[in-house]
Amino acid sequence: MKRLLAIELQKIWKNRASRVLTISYFVILSFIALIASINIKIGNFQLHFAEMGIFNFPFIWHFNTYIAAILKFFLAIVIVSMMANEYSYGTLKQNLIDGMSKKEFVLSKFLTVVLFAFVSTVFVFIMSLILGFSFSSYTELGIVFSEMDYLLGYFVKLVGFFSFCLFLGVLVKRSAFAIGFLFVWNIIEGIANGLLTFKIFPKSDTASQITQFFPLESMSNLIVEPFTRLSVIKNIQTAVGETNMKDYSVHFSSILIVLIWSGLFVFLSYKIIKKRDL
Amino acid sequence: MESTILSIKNLHKRYGKIHAVNNVSLEIHKGNVYGILGPNGSGKSTTLGIVLNVVNKTSGEYSWFEGTLQTHEALKKVGAIIERPNFYPYMTAKENLELVCKIKNIDYSKVNEKLEIVGLVDRKDSKFKTFSLGMKQRLAIASALLNDPEILILDEPTNGLDPQGIHQIRDIIRLIASQGTTILLASHLLDEVEKVCSHVLVLRFGEVLYCGSVDGMSNKAGFFELQADSNSKLIEILKNHPEVEKVSEAEGKVIVHFKTQFEASLLNRYLAEKGIYLNHLVYKKMSLEEQFLELTKN
Repeated sequence: MKRLLAIELQKIWKNRASRVLTISYFVILSFIALIASINIKIGNFQLHFAEMGIFNFPFIWHFNTYIAAILKFFLAIVIVSMMANEYSYGTLKQNLIDGMSKKEFVLSKFLTVVLFAFVSTVFVFIMSLILGFSFSSYTELGIVFSEMDYLLGYFVKLVGFFSFCLFLGVLVKRSAFAIGFLFVWNIIEGIANGLLTFKIFPKSDTASQITQFFPLESMSNLIVEPFTRLSVIKNIQTAVGETNMKDYSVHFSSILIVLIWSGLFVFLSYKIIKKRDL
Repeated sequence: MESTILSIKNLHKRYGKIHAVNNVSLEIHKGNVYGILGPNGSGKSTTLGIVLNVVNKTSGEYSWFEGTLQTHEALKKVGAIIERPNFYPYMTAKENLELVCKIKNIDYSKVNEKLEIVGLVDRKDSKFKTFSLGMKQRLAIASALLNDPEILILDEPTNGLDPQGIHQIRDIIRLIASQGTTILLASHLLDEVEKVCSHVLVLRFGEVLYCGSVDGMSNKAGFFELQADSNSKLIEILKNHPEVEKVSEAEGKVIVHFKTQFEASLLNRYLAEKGIYLNHLVYKKMSLEEQFLELTKN
């Protein structure tokens, strides 16, 4: 396992574009901390994020993992291109000739995906801990380490998304097209979602029952948006007479769906590589 | 008996309608230098691709090292270059070779030594993308040699190189062959094969036409080139000889093939007895090129 990771990391790290993207990802990730300093004054209305409670434990786990997940596209590009490049450089062929098995090849890519997701999760964990201890109103350990399932959700979400990227890289063989395909797929899911919700099952929740199984939808279901959970927003909502009964927790079923997708994507990548003549 | 390195039995590969490899069988023994000859599209690269785990066979069997190792494990003891050199363009020569070391699970100690053999030590810290084709090909050879392989497989190693490049690669191949490494060289450049190989396999349309030693291939077909004052009379007399297989005339010379090995002196005496005195008598062996063209005709 160490050998496979070492091989893959050398391939990524020596590539300047991948290196720059990876570093930028972590740098930008740490910029989440800058949200703390946002302080807008409009007349006598003051918007100071740090004091709105977004950095309160345990809410910060939810907020930071949600925001951090938006940045996953940086690493997605790295992952798609690490796969597509193997085809365009002809190095997939060379790696196999040099004595790597097809299984090892896919495994080395998948391990890298897991490593990226893991490092990213640890990074978000440490950053949130620091931010939380600086701004949170509550710092009792019991509260600090509650709702940690958002970190698990974040990790699974990244693994799922990166596995999807990996699969697209294998399938399409060209980075630009694979990323294009990702967007097209996103739109397709959006359209399917819209059709199901508004045309086919307009009056029931059957649509969301179905769409929760779509790959991208299932990933975004892992961590639902945290904004309406903020007390400020909640106050506005109750003021306009809307009752919010939204469930914000990370569901085991969503985790399972995403894990199954990840497994499927990796398995299909292996099948394609196995079947293709190079 | 030398040990078998690779054995292929009844290998087939179809791409839809095209039968790229048709019932190819062969055995590679330790210490020999093999050439695979064939026109473009005769199935050389496909055959090599199959045993190198990058092309899926349709049917048939192959086994490395008498079946003691799985293919990808066996390939760690094989050095192979296929068509064009494939490396990571953004890595230096040294880094690329180190990556191969990681894949083959060996340490980096050989990297410098192999770069030296192919004469790339000075450029080891240059990125692969800055290399000329000849340098890329030499780096590929260095990479194939990294693990001191039991067998070196070269598919068209001089393709697209300039004369100096071809010469350098050939020198390297000869050096490696002289050290007793088994080599399998696929090429359509016949003099290349003739110069370095001890055994040949001739393929056409995916089928094996000849498999055996280079000498065996040339021995069969020695012929005489003759000229006399009257060629027509010469031909007439030759046709009456019981051992003659074929007589033809080309560019003022009479070409005669015998069914068996025939001594030049015997021929000369025979013709003298018949009253023909030759101006020109040469015993010629068919070059591999002529052999090959003969074999792959029609």
